[in-house]
Amino acid sequence: MKTKQRISLGLITATSVTVTILAAPPAQAMHIMEGFLPVTWAIFWWILFLPFFLLGLRSLNQITKDYPELKLLLALAGAFTFVLSALKIPSVTGSSSHPTGTGLGAVLFSPLIMTVLGSFVLLFQALLLAHGGLTTLGANAFSMAVVGPMVAYGLYHLVLRINGRQTVAIFLAAAVANLITYVVTSLQLALAFPAPEGGILSSFIKFAGIFAVTQIPLAISEGLLTVLVWNWLVTYSQEQLQVLNQIKLKLL
Amino acid sequence: MKRQRTSWNNWLLISGVILLAIIPLLAIRDSEFSGADGQAEAVIGDIQPEYEPWFEPLLAPPGGETESLLFALQAGIGAGTIGYAIGLYRGKSERNSTFK
Repeated sequence: MKTKQRISLGLITATSVTVTILAAPPAQAMHIMEGFLPVTWAIFWWILFLPFFLLGLRSLNQITKDYPELKLLLALAGAFTFVLSALKIPSVTGSSSHPTGTGLGAVLFSPLIMTVLGSFVLLFQALLLAHGGLTTLGANAFSMAVVGPMVAYGLYHLVLRINGRQTVAIFLAAAVANLITYVVTSLQLALAFPAPEGGILSSFIKFAGIFAVTQIPLAISEGLLTVLVWNWLVTYSQEQLQVLNQIKLKLL
Repeated sequence: MKRQRTSWNNWLLISGVILLAIIPLLAIRDSEFSGADGQAEAVIGDIQPEYEPWFEPLLAPPGGETESLLFALQAGIGAGTIGYAIGLYRGKSERNSTFK
């Protein structure tokens, strides 16, 4: 009982100290926090992100209309990102971050469809959880829902061609997509906040040191979890996967 | 035979994920494992001390409890959907194989 009390006392002190020092909202976003990108950069990333979103929306409409039997699989891909974004996992740097879960949907459907699903997850977290933000949604969606899925898709097909093993390809695709997401986040922050000495590069190294290093074990976890779901799909839903294979070229 | 092998592999995958989460907790004792974003905020403060966030979240959970409720809800809804989909696929594929 005594140790328990001590622990909770310690936690209370630590929390209040952090809150007073930082005086920040309780947001613990691994994405860029609300209001933390200067206006011009926020608008810049929004403009860059929107075309991908609109194209993805068109592709999503098409697929649900033409292949309604794939809706469940679509829901599964969306749910996968939804769960993984909620799991804040401790990492070797002594801080926590969460996986992105965008690799699965990008490989199953297409990067653009994953753009839409990933953006919805980010929107949910920005609106209800004060995690990420609306002004930074363009930048966050660009890193997590545009670049991540594209890299996953490209890498999956590259590894498949070289190595031929689907599980290896899916593992690498998911893990690297996760890492790249946070590399892009670091770059976005570095562009907006170049260091007075050393400029963008020195800022980038600082931000990447925080985000990307924390992310390495999480990227591996994400790869493993993606392979897990992939195994289930290969065992139980060959039918859907075959339909997807046939229409894959149409989705791009 | 093939199914048995994948299910064994799946347990390996799950243990890998659990290990990756537990090892940092055991290895680093003097840390609260706060969000990586908080540290990024501190770096921004270093680089540009005069920077003020120009927009506040419209809705912020009043405290840690409500926040954890929403995160749990998010994970729960997602996991439920995945379980439903995989369960349905499994049922279908088993029914098909018994008919054959």
